[in-house]
Amino acid sequence: MTVANIQVSETPLVLYTLRRADDALILGHRLSEWCGHAPMLEEDMALSNIALDLIGQARELYGYAAKAEGGDNDEDKLAYLRDVRQYRNLLLVEQPNGDFAQTLVRQFFYSAFADLYWRAMMNSRDTTLAAIAAKSEKESAYHLRHSSEWIIRLGDGTEESHARAQGAIDQLWAFTGEMFAVDDSERGLIDAGIAIDPATLRDRWMKTVASVVTEATLALPQNNWMQQGGRFGRHSEHLGHLLSELQSMQRTFPGQTW
Amino acid sequence: MVTTLDSDLRQRAWDAAASVVDPEIPVLTIADLGVLRDVAFDGDRVEVAITPTYSGCPAMSMIALEIELALERAGFRAPKVRTVLSPAWTTDWMSEDGRRKLRDYGIAPPRASNSRRALFGAQSVACPQCGSEDTELLSEFGSTSCKALWRCKSCREPFDYFKCH
Repeated sequence: MTVANIQVSETPLVLYTLRRADDALILGHRLSEWCGHAPMLEEDMALSNIALDLIGQARELYGYAAKAEGGDNDEDKLAYLRDVRQYRNLLLVEQPNGDFAQTLVRQFFYSAFADLYWRAMMNSRDTTLAAIAAKSEKESAYHLRHSSEWIIRLGDGTEESHARAQGAIDQLWAFTGEMFAVDDSERGLIDAGIAIDPATLRDRWMKTVASVVTEATLALPQNNWMQQGGRFGRHSEHLGHLLSELQSMQRTFPGQTW
Repeated sequence: MVTTLDSDLRQRAWDAAASVVDPEIPVLTIADLGVLRDVAFDGDRVEVAITPTYSGCPAMSMIALEIELALERAGFRAPKVRTVLSPAWTTDWMSEDGRRKLRDYGIAPPRASNSRRALFGAQSVACPQCGSEDTELLSEFGSTSCKALWRCKSCREPFDYFKCH
């Protein structure tokens, strides 16, 4: 790593926007790892398409974060020149792809949340965030349908697919609580009508998740201990490896363009 | 005040921009798609506003470049293209002419977007080849961001469906 990390002045609005941008970029990158490896061609295209949507959302959000910061940073610098501890994404989205069931359960938990979140954000007093949300919610609705159908197919499929889907739910469940957490920095934006209070979405998220999981003949864990840290830069060991791949070109050849 | 000259100039710029086609679906212009939103002048510089279809659609940067080239060919100096996000693009903006051209090209045009929220809504899409309604979804995602893959059970042909959005 020969290029220095950038510094980011994380005002509440910058931090808030970065958190959402990082979620979209990291999950999009994870899905892109399936390109050429998915169990069938249709899913290869599906996962790559979803990855593209997410990376597109990330670009809009990074662009806005850079503008809100008002300095020299831009979308590329924010994506390529921050180190692990500067990333603000949910722990859920950085979890490794694992098998197909793990990827789809991770996607399902996130999409069920993102769909509600973007729809609520369309009413933000911040017109740029509201516009990004209006664009993103159409995409997340489609993503949610895709992963919901897979959860049902895997859960209500063979003994093997059922066991893998249940295993993925049990493994990833502890990372779902972080989606609904709010800190002081975000609380101020919520009070100002700019940010969305995720706690207000929790019941509806649980209803969607429970109905699909039940239809899939699967079960949600009773253990409700939740892991957190990603929003503050405390990540699992997996994110560093992901970033080393995502950032390698810009770290090796600074400022390189197509 | 808009003089005749101004509106002629604007129309010329609009026509030039509107002639740009989608690189993935070359029978559709960006005007057919509803991607072209506005053409305005800042002094003698023309500025075109477009709206992205899907957040990550790789065709958008290509379309922006094609617009600049088309305007330069039409005699406009240093044209600018900017992206507007709001209101968010919807397939409801696709022109009737665009829908017909899509069908003739072998792609089923999008249905009205009011049904897209149904989590597992039953859909029916008419086959663009033989017109049969007896079709089935093969994959929610197709060869580009905007398409899904379907198959006709009557004529057995697979076909692309332009997703409603």
